[in-house]
Amino acid sequence: MLQHIVWYVSLSLMMVVGFGWTFVVLKSGTREEDYTPLQKRAYRLRARFFWLLVALFGTPMVYTLVDLPYDIIRPAQGAGTIQAVNATGYMWRWELSHDRVEAGRPVEFHVTSADVNHGFAIYDPDMKIVAQVQAMPGITNTLHHTFGQPGTYRVMCLEYCGLAHHNMTTEFTVAARS
Amino acid sequence: MADYHYTPVQDHGAKAGVLAYLVTAAAVLLLMMVFGLLMRLEQAQFISLGANWFYQLMTLHGAGMVGIAGIAGAAVMWHFLNHYVALSTRVLLANLGLFLIGVALVLGSVLIGNFHGAWTFLYPLPGNSMGLWSNEAAASFLAGMLVIGTGFLLLQLDIARAIIARYGSFARALGWPQLFGADDGNAPPPTVVASTMVTIVNLIALVVGASILAMMLVNLYFPEFKIDPLLAKGMIYFFGHVFINATIYMAVIAVYEILPRYTRRPWKSNRIFLASWSASTLMVMFIFPHHLLMDFGFPKWMLMVGHIIGYLNTFPILVVTGYGALTIVYRSGIHWDMSSKLLFLSMFGWAAGAMPAFIDGTIRVNYVMHNTLWVPGHFHTYLLLGMVSMVFGFMYYLGKKAQGAPDTPLDRAAYWGYLIGSLGFVLSFLYAGKESVARRYAEHLPQWVPYDRIGAFFATLIVASTLVFVLCFLRRLRHAGSNHTRATAPFSALAAA
Repeated sequence: MLQHIVWYVSLSLMMVVGFGWTFVVLKSGTREEDYTPLQKRAYRLRARFFWLLVALFGTPMVYTLVDLPYDIIRPAQGAGTIQAVNATGYMWRWELSHDRVEAGRPVEFHVTSADVNHGFAIYDPDMKIVAQVQAMPGITNTLHHTFGQPGTYRVMCLEYCGLAHHNMTTEFTVAARS
Repeated sequence: MADYHYTPVQDHGAKAGVLAYLVTAAAVLLLMMVFGLLMRLEQAQFISLGANWFYQLMTLHGAGMVGIAGIAGAAVMWHFLNHYVALSTRVLLANLGLFLIGVALVLGSVLIGNFHGAWTFLYPLPGNSMGLWSNEAAASFLAGMLVIGTGFLLLQLDIARAIIARYGSFARALGWPQLFGADDGNAPPPTVVASTMVTIVNLIALVVGASILAMMLVNLYFPEFKIDPLLAKGMIYFFGHVFINATIYMAVIAVYEILPRYTRRPWKSNRIFLASWSASTLMVMFIFPHHLLMDFGFPKWMLMVGHIIGYLNTFPILVVTGYGALTIVYRSGIHWDMSSKLLFLSMFGWAAGAMPAFIDGTIRVNYVMHNTLWVPGHFHTYLLLGMVSMVFGFMYYLGKKAQGAPDTPLDRAAYWGYLIGSLGFVLSFLYAGKESVARRYAEHLPQWVPYDRIGAFFATLIVASTLVFVLCFLRRLRHAGSNHTRATAPFSALAAA
């Protein structure tokens, strides 16, 4: 799952930063009086560090732009006719035009709001987010998603919208493909 | 070419205006931290405030922290910049006065008017409360923010005036003649370069912020004056993101100024430094779409710019400022006291916080992590461990009675409490974000509560440690205004002297 990868990558990078700082603290006790040669060595190392970062960060930066949620045709889409669902946010409830879709077939959620900004987030049966888009008055955002697993999915509001924001939830069923 | 020999500088005490900023910042910061702790305790089900109070506290915590970060950052910037250019003390005080008036309006709006539309005041929520607050309460909040923003705008205009009067133009103050021409080694000092960058981005952001606030105030009383919600959101996030980012770029001046005094090594404005700050000037202004990645209505290119700049923005932080801090401390024989420790820690906090931040700015990641607790997880890392540590490092520095004045065991305990508390706190946020826990929820699902309880424990540790920092600063306030050398020299440098 993407969230796990993100967690471990972030934690690893933060730890690398932490090791760098700890190393320098441990090496800070003895003074090298002439700073100029040390500075020159540090600059040479920095050039290597720069290119390492270019490779390390540049690759995912470009690679992750290949499949964007804004694209209508996405490589991960399933086959079959599109199932359209209109979703409208109200303070503080969701209104879905259908509460049942099929797994393995692409779904188009046409998401909007009747009042203020809301966040249309879809949680899978394990309560992990699988997709989301903002619901905004006067604008209809189209969210393309193909559900892999059947089950009961929950929609929760992820944009703060007032007193009962945390209760703004509904459910729909993803049925096995017939 | 810049040379790397250290020239000692006169250590000035803080002017009364700067101390007034710092005392205000310390008091409000502590109060806002207590509000944050109450929110975590509520989510952890240790207390029962109810959703209304939770969202009121959330609104105050957000608005208060952004405002006070601005005040604290401005204090650091003004104190050091005033050594290079002639700033107006009257304008400094006028900003504080307007800030306090704004705070009173915001407090009245929330505590009397029951406004709880969050500090982001996303249009059209302030004017559409389902009867829970009045137009007057919303207007009081928006007007309060407008007054605060106007104060900062005046301050930035005065800083712009002083920089241009001394250096001739922003381009010269950013060191462009040295960056694009021959490096004669006479580039403006880091404090001036950083202050110029902050001034450019803040002037634009504050005007945009004031514009949307004024538009929303008109809309409250003349609903036929409609605002495009997408435009409003873009303007709010541009203003808010630039402003809060700028607070770090203001506060880091303390690192540029104070660490060299401890290490007796210079922090020079060489070409890489100048290029990095010029790049940051642009990136800080164009990175804000990474908060709007799930607003599919924005042009796709704009959202991709947010994604790309999120990655690029890590380079100045890691390769220039973070790496610069490591270089200046490495084999320096530095004397570790509360000030030097907090300032060095702050650079770790900034660099480490940039990691989960740029990853969250990846569009595909944001698709499953936007508005989860991952978001406060990363910004608390670089604000709490980064920006706030810079400010407390500065406060401890000012409060030093003399070179070599020892820290108390309580100070040292508070340092470790703050470090461990902050790390535990932000990791509890980040882990909860990984588990898809929504942010800005007054009530959490039962399976989310354990993360809240862990977070609440560490938050308590942070508040207790901050209380010690604040009390120690107040106790040593009498030393903060005097001109005397504060930084203890490195051991071998001391022996050589």
